[in-house]
Amino acid sequence: MSFDKVTHELHQRRKSRNVGLGLTLAAFVVIILGLTYVKITSGAFEVPRGEVQGS
Amino acid sequence: MSDASFTASTVRKDDAEFGDYFALLKPRVMSLVVFTALVGLLAAPVPVHPMIGFCAILFIAIGGGASGALNMWWDADIDRVMKRTKGRPIPSGRVEAGEALGLGLALSGLAVIMLALAANVMAGLMLAFTIFFYVVIYTMWLKRSTPQNIVIGGAAGAFPPVIGWIAATGSMAIEPWLMFALIFMWTPPHFWALALFMRNDYDDAGVPMLTVTHGRRATRVHILVYTGLLALLALATAFSAIGGPIYLVVSVVLNALFLRGAIRIWRRNEADSEADNFAIERRFFRLSLLYLFLHFGAILAESLLKPFGLGGWA
Repeated sequence: MSFDKVTHELHQRRKSRNVGLGLTLAAFVVIILGLTYVKITSGAFEVPRGEVQGS
Repeated sequence: MSDASFTASTVRKDDAEFGDYFALLKPRVMSLVVFTALVGLLAAPVPVHPMIGFCAILFIAIGGGASGALNMWWDADIDRVMKRTKGRPIPSGRVEAGEALGLGLALSGLAVIMLALAANVMAGLMLAFTIFFYVVIYTMWLKRSTPQNIVIGGAAGAFPPVIGWIAATGSMAIEPWLMFALIFMWTPPHFWALALFMRNDYDDAGVPMLTVTHGRRATRVHILVYTGLLALLALATAFSAIGGPIYLVVSVVLNALFLRGAIRIWRRNEADSEADNFAIERRFFRLSLLYLFLHFGAILAESLLKPFGLGGWA
């Protein structure tokens, strides 16, 4: 009796879908990370000086 | 559950691959969106951080792709009839219409919100309007109701450079609207040439293309008139802030070729076209792709050379 995993074309298609989705999500995380870093370091989220002193 | 336990009832016959969902986004149209939006962004007089510029173009492209998926969801019935579109994911049965709707809506929301966050709210709103225009105004309303579908619907494809410009500057100006007008005027002759040689497709699907409603002679006349107007607009753009000597040379050559093609199409009749299997019309269609690419390439070249004191007229 063989214990080799049965492969089917369907599995390949589902694998392509899962891998594609995984890579897309990973890329999205990297993009958000990069965008956040750039926004913070470029001063886009800096609180105006007057507001800091006033609080 | 072992693999052997799969039955026909648990397995959908045509399970989609990742590429099928990607195909829903109309990658070829998306490439045009990316290029024209990039030119709009780089031609703007405000420098953009490369990461923010990259994100802006990415989310404009995703927004364009999302509207493509929504278009395929709505048009699945006519896509099944047309030779050119029956291999698309929904008519071929690889993806269900509901999946395309879900993907299109989700990506639309994601693209608009992310563009607003990455660039500015005005750019996000402009992208939202573009998706609305393409899906509701063009796909759902005009495409099946008026032979002017291509003319008015062409506006949807003309928005990307405007969005790119707004993403960079956060404001409006006349220059991005010149780029808009260039694509807007280019779209009708481009699609009418396609309609001339893919003639049975639109007839079979009942889409009121000009070839179906007003006849093929009228379509040839329309191609010539629109090409003439496009040439005037394209040449006038050479003397604006986004034009310059490089653009002018490119535009003169391309418009001369394009006008020549339009005149040849106008002078032909159906017998001539059928004799050579629409060779002139097909050549005109291929030239139209090059026409738009090189015009925007020239605008890009003018803007990239400006820091070296070479681009533009100054």
